[in-house]
This record gives sequence, structure tokens and C-alpha cells, in this order.
Amino acid sequence: MSEEKKTVLNVEDLTVAFNMYQKGAFKKTDLEVIHKLSIDVKEGEIVAVVGSSGSGKSLLAHSILHILPKNAKVGGKIEYCGKELDDKYVKELLGRDIAFIPQSVDYLDPLMHVDKQVIGVYGNKERQREVFDRYHLDERVDTLYPFQLSGGMARRVLISSAVMEEPKLIIADEPTPGLNVEMAMETLNNFRELADKGTAVLMITHDIDLAFEVADRIAVFYAGTVVEIASTLDFIMGRGFLRHPYSAAFVDALPQKKFKPIEGTQPYAGNLPSGCLFADRCPYRDDECAGEIPMRDLRGGKVRCVHAT
Amino acid sequence: MQLKAENISFRYTDDGPFVLKDITLEVNSGERVGIVAPSGYGKSTLAKILSGYRLPEEGKVLLDGKPLPMTGYCPVQMVYQHPEQAVNPRHRMDKILNEAWQPDDELLRKMGIEKSWLTRWPSELSGGELQRFCIARVLGPETKFLICDEITTMLDVITQAQIWHLLMEISEERNLGMMIITHNMSLAKRVCTRIVDLTKLNNVHSHTHTHIHDHEHGDEDHVH
Repeated sequence: MSEEKKTVLNVEDLTVAFNMYQKGAFKKTDLEVIHKLSIDVKEGEIVAVVGSSGSGKSLLAHSILHILPKNAKVGGKIEYCGKELDDKYVKELLGRDIAFIPQSVDYLDPLMHVDKQVIGVYGNKERQREVFDRYHLDERVDTLYPFQLSGGMARRVLISSAVMEEPKLIIADEPTPGLNVEMAMETLNNFRELADKGTAVLMITHDIDLAFEVADRIAVFYAGTVVEIASTLDFIMGRGFLRHPYSAAFVDALPQKKFKPIEGTQPYAGNLPSGCLFADRCPYRDDECAGEIPMRDLRGGKVRCVHAT
Repeated sequence: MQLKAENISFRYTDDGPFVLKDITLEVNSGERVGIVAPSGYGKSTLAKILSGYRLPEEGKVLLDGKPLPMTGYCPVQMVYQHPEQAVNPRHRMDKILNEAWQPDDELLRKMGIEKSWLTRWPSELSGGELQRFCIARVLGPETKFLICDEITTMLDVITQAQIWHLLMEISEERNLGMMIITHNMSLAKRVCTRIVDLTKLNNVHSHTHTHIHDHEHGDEDHVH
């Protein structure tokens, strides 16, 4: 082992609950949507987050950046370079040391030309042109308003704003949908370049092919927690190298692999089983699965399953 | 039956650039035609024109030689990329589901729609769950063609595979014709019976632009 890489982002036992009205009740109760989630991203590393829709991937990003809605209750620990990342600290870092690429293009200001938005507080025109050129946005685009952009262009504007500086941490929430393959690859190569210079990247994505291309590790989310974290190589090698049955099912469902879905749906946050969250869809379930399932180390990765070997 | 786009041209403003120019394309019953092209090539615009939501500036959309009906149930139905934007947030799911027809229990079971979801609001369902409703909603007996605009792009791969297996089964059972817009070539190869490259069909770009990213001013996928 060479020198130990510094951990840029460390999330430990994160729990997020929304205080809200449940069906039929007159009192607000807590709906827990993220449960004891732990993940870390080191310097120079790209960690891809994949998993079922509605599993809390975006909520993780929003928790880190403190942009959750007001009725959210957050528990656990979030650290940036060893220091607790509270509301105030994140505001100091955002836009320079931490860059965020939101999932929805709604995050652009509808009443502002896009070049001004990308320049923001710390950038300059020259750098903005350089970045836009890289993403094939010509000079006409500078003075367009967001509603005049196509989905793919708006996406590229959002990405541009994140790579204006050389941030220490990029949190990208689905950066590539709407982009063609070449442009998506260009984006990821840009992330890889930044990572090779030391940036830590947390990339939430549905596009597992792209994750395979650039990520160092992949974290699989299911029903509000991480079920497995493993090196990208294990995912490329296939299901035999994976640890959690959901990860295996995930890989089997890829159109470029078997395109074979398992039955059922992810449990609703208000109606979760007590033990393993995947138990009702799992071929290996037994009595042990009803108890508490901790995250454990296994073959260089991490897994939340009592049966994984 | 045959759904045909005949020499379709379209632009969003009277003097703006053409998004689609002289497009001719047929989809026959029982066929699943994949449409692939990079972003900004007018895929979604074509989808809206074929399903009657937009009128072409030139050319015609013909269903067995006749124009699409402007009133009543349209035999060409469309499913959108963002299900959360395609449902009324103030309606409960059962109302949304029964907007155009009353799907029976058999279809709901097949679609994997659970009875308990019917009393929920759209915000209480995930994208994959909502998309099942959006598909069931348009599968009325009078539907003959289904236009799918990136319908599983926002969904995880297991849900994606579930939905496509279901749609392939239903399209075969009912001899539906489908037009499937996707960026994902491996998915297109899995589900389509034929794949069309819109960049080759669309005459607007080939001679005016050498680079694929240059024409996007004012095109289809407006920011929503």
C-alpha cells in the first residue's frame, strides 16, 4: 500500500426522516426515508451511487448540502476533510471547494442569462467560455435563458458551472441523462481528470455503463440505505463477484447483460419490514433476515446481508 | 394498421430553424420501432406530432390513410419521460388511473400496481410506480399505437426491465404498434423490432450543420 488517501467526505449512520401527515391521521409523524447510511469518498476517487429509484440517492446529496426541506430531521454524522459539515460551513465551501450538479434543470434561474449563472460569484468570463467550448456550447448560448435550452444543453450548463473551478468535492446528482453518449463520456472524462488532480467525486447515476467506465467504487442503494459498496471491477466481473443479492439482481436486469428483472417493488418508507429491507424479494431469505442487519466488511467491500459470502 | 408520418416538417416559431424537415416514417401494428438520435434532434417533437399533441407545419400524420381524430379517444397514445409531471398532483391515483378508461384488476395485477397505491397521492409513489399508472392509463381498448418517449430513463434498471417485459408482452398480445424513443442502444436492441436513426431521416441537419451540437437553439426538449 502506498500513502493513505485522505477522506474528503465521510458520512456515518445518516438518518433522514420527514415529519409529515400520514394517510388518515390528524397528527404529524416521522417518516424515516434514510436509515443508518454510511459512505465515504477519498481524495482522487470517484464513487458512483446506483440503485432503485426512490431509494434515497438524491436525499443523500441534499443532506450533505443542507438543502433538505424544512420538515426533515437529520441524524448521524457528515464530515468534510475531518471537520463536521454543518449548515454554515457548507455555505462557505459551496461554489468553490464543493460543487453540486443538481438532478433537475429546474435549479437554473429562469430569469438570468446562462453565462452569468455559470460565472456565479467566483468565476470569470474567460473561464466560462473555455468551459462552454469544452461542452460544445457556442457563443449564442451565453445569452440564452434556461427556457430556450434543450434538455441536453441545460444539463451541460449545469455541469459547466460545477467545473468552473477545481473543486475538492463534486456531488453530481444524475449528471448525464439527456446527453448523447459522446457528451456523457466527455463529462465523465472531465470528472476523471479532476479526480486525478485530487478531487473527490460522489456521482449518483442510473447509467451503470458510464459508472463502469470511470468510477473507482460503486455503492448500491436500496430502500434508503446502502446494501453494498464494492470496487467497480467486482461489478464488471459480474454477479459472482458481488456480495448482496440486490446488487446481483441489479446487474442481471441490465439490458446489456441478461435484461432479467426480479419481481416485486421496493418497500414504501412508511411500511418497512423490521429486518433486511430486501427480504421479501430475496431468494436466500430465512429467519436470520428478520433481525438487525449491520453493515460488515467482506472481500474488500462492504455489505448489509447476513448470508453474503 | 399503420401509423404514418408523411413529409413532416416542424419548427417552433414562424421564422425559426426547422427542427424536423421532410420526415417520412411508418409504424405498423405489431412493430416496435426504436428511434435513436442525440439530444436536440427532434425526437420528442416527432413523438408529440405523431400522437397529435402538435400539428406539423407541413406534411401529415395518417392512421390507415386518414388524419388522426381531433375529438374523442385518440388511438395513438403517448407516455412521457417524467411521470411525476404527467399526472395531476391534486388527484389521487385511482382518479388518475381512470381518466380515460377503467383498467380491470387483471391488467393492474399484470402491471404490478398494488391496490393500496390507489388511495395515495402521486407524491407518495416512486417514479417507477407512477410510470406503471401512466402506462396502464393509456392502454384502453381503443389504443392501437403507443409512443414511448424515454419512458424508463429515470427509472432503475430492475424497474426498467419489469416495465419493458410487460410492454413487450402487451404489445404482442394486442398487436399494438409502438414507437420507442431512447438514448440507450442496448435497451433499443432488446425491445425493438426495428431501429431508425433519426439523424439519417431528418433533412434539417445533414447539409446545414456539420456538428451535432450546433443546431439546438429553440429545439424540442425545453427545460421544464
